[in-house]
Amino acid sequence: MIEATNINKSFNDNHVLKDVTVFFEKGKINQIIGQSGMGKTVLLKSLVGLHEVDTGQINFDGRNFTAMSFMERKEIRKEIGMVFQGGALFDSLTIQENIKFPMDMFTNWSEEEKLDRVNFCLSKVNIPDTNKLFPSELSGGMQKRAAIARAISLNPRYLFCDEPNSGLDPITALIIDNLIREITIEFNITTVINTHDMNSVMEIGDKIIFIYQGYKWWEGNKNDIFTSDNKELNDFVFASELFKKVRDNHHK
Amino acid sequence: MGKVFNRPEKGSIYLTRISKEIELIGINSIGIVVIISFFMGAVITLQTALNFDNPLIPKYLIGYAARESVILEFSSTIVGLILAGKIGSNIASEIGSMRITEQIDALEIMGVNSASYLILPKVSAAVIINPFLTMISMFVGIVGGYIICFSGALSPEDYLEGIHLYYNGFYIVYGLIKSAVFAFIITSVPAYYGYYVSGGALEVGRASTKAVVLSCILILLFNLLLTDLLLT
Repeated sequence: MIEATNINKSFNDNHVLKDVTVFFEKGKINQIIGQSGMGKTVLLKSLVGLHEVDTGQINFDGRNFTAMSFMERKEIRKEIGMVFQGGALFDSLTIQENIKFPMDMFTNWSEEEKLDRVNFCLSKVNIPDTNKLFPSELSGGMQKRAAIARAISLNPRYLFCDEPNSGLDPITALIIDNLIREITIEFNITTVINTHDMNSVMEIGDKIIFIYQGYKWWEGNKNDIFTSDNKELNDFVFASELFKKVRDNHHK
Repeated sequence: MGKVFNRPEKGSIYLTRISKEIELIGINSIGIVVIISFFMGAVITLQTALNFDNPLIPKYLIGYAARESVILEFSSTIVGLILAGKIGSNIASEIGSMRITEQIDALEIMGVNSASYLILPKVSAAVIINPFLTMISMFVGIVGGYIICFSGALSPEDYLEGIHLYYNGFYIVYGLIKSAVFAFIITSVPAYYGYYVSGGALEVGRASTKAVVLSCILILLFNLLLTDLLLT
């Protein structure tokens, strides 16, 4: 479980996160939703320490991450996998080298063991035989899968995904969503996904946190969304005609 | 800077990276260093010969002047300036692109000290290999001066006599010290600009230009400081 309590984060005069307190549950898909510019990415990057919070505390299974030194945080970071919006694969390395990278850095496994793990991860995300390809030779969806493969290469306890569906067609987005859900359940990972894709929320969201103007505005599960009378949440979730119809059907 | 020189996560990976960087920064620059140095040596010899028109000045002093110019100044400084453009822009754009595509964030998330992993091998490789490039440049520059003698500007015998005149080994050491300092500048400055870039491709381009300009200025400044420190 990840607990973030009373998180505040400012950039100069811009107060982005305002006293945010959230809990992300183990073995579940926790989704942070909200409009662009409301602080979702800042919250996600604060959780993993890419941004230092101004005040507040972040605990990873009881371990106070905010109070840790750079070296102490390294130990927790080895338990974190992260999928970035653009994949963030190392473009000078092949897919195999990308996935093997964390193993090279932090394990003493033999080359054979590493290759076995690489092939396992690649088959898990359903892109076998891409070992020798470079990221630029893969499609957007395949790059996301490769990024997920790299993120799970060291059996992480925590998986963070920053808009894993952005730029993908609906079918590929669905495949990525299901893949994340499958991995979360199979490895009992605490997964935190940052998204504004409502299809994804309806598909895999176990716990949903709505961020509005830097505040945690609402939280609940995907069924609660349909019954909530929170105006800002409804304006965001049911902005499209399609989702208005989905809500109407749900109420019938 | 402190982060760059932290203890590496895994020494063997850093050694592999240093050897790759030696190839990228050093071996791949040999061609341009040879071309520049050859013509530099030839032009220095030719210009010195054209200006030494006083019959009282012995001709072999042309070879002596050319040797001293190449060893003391041109091989380290001019090659440093050229490499600042070639290597500096490459480093700034490579690291800058990694920053804007979140590859550096990905390293940090994994628990890798990104500054050390990306920058330390480049700086180490350049400081190791640049003195060798400078030695190659010194040799090729002097050979360039010798070959231009066959155009009739000076007799090759006079040139060779001048080359052997009043040899001071410390001048080579001085040139190599300068080249190591310049290597540090032409890798660390662009790496800094690339590492702290924010925005998009346009900012990466700007950072690359700024890095090369500042590297060149610092090379000239340190050239003056080191000359004052080591030779006077």
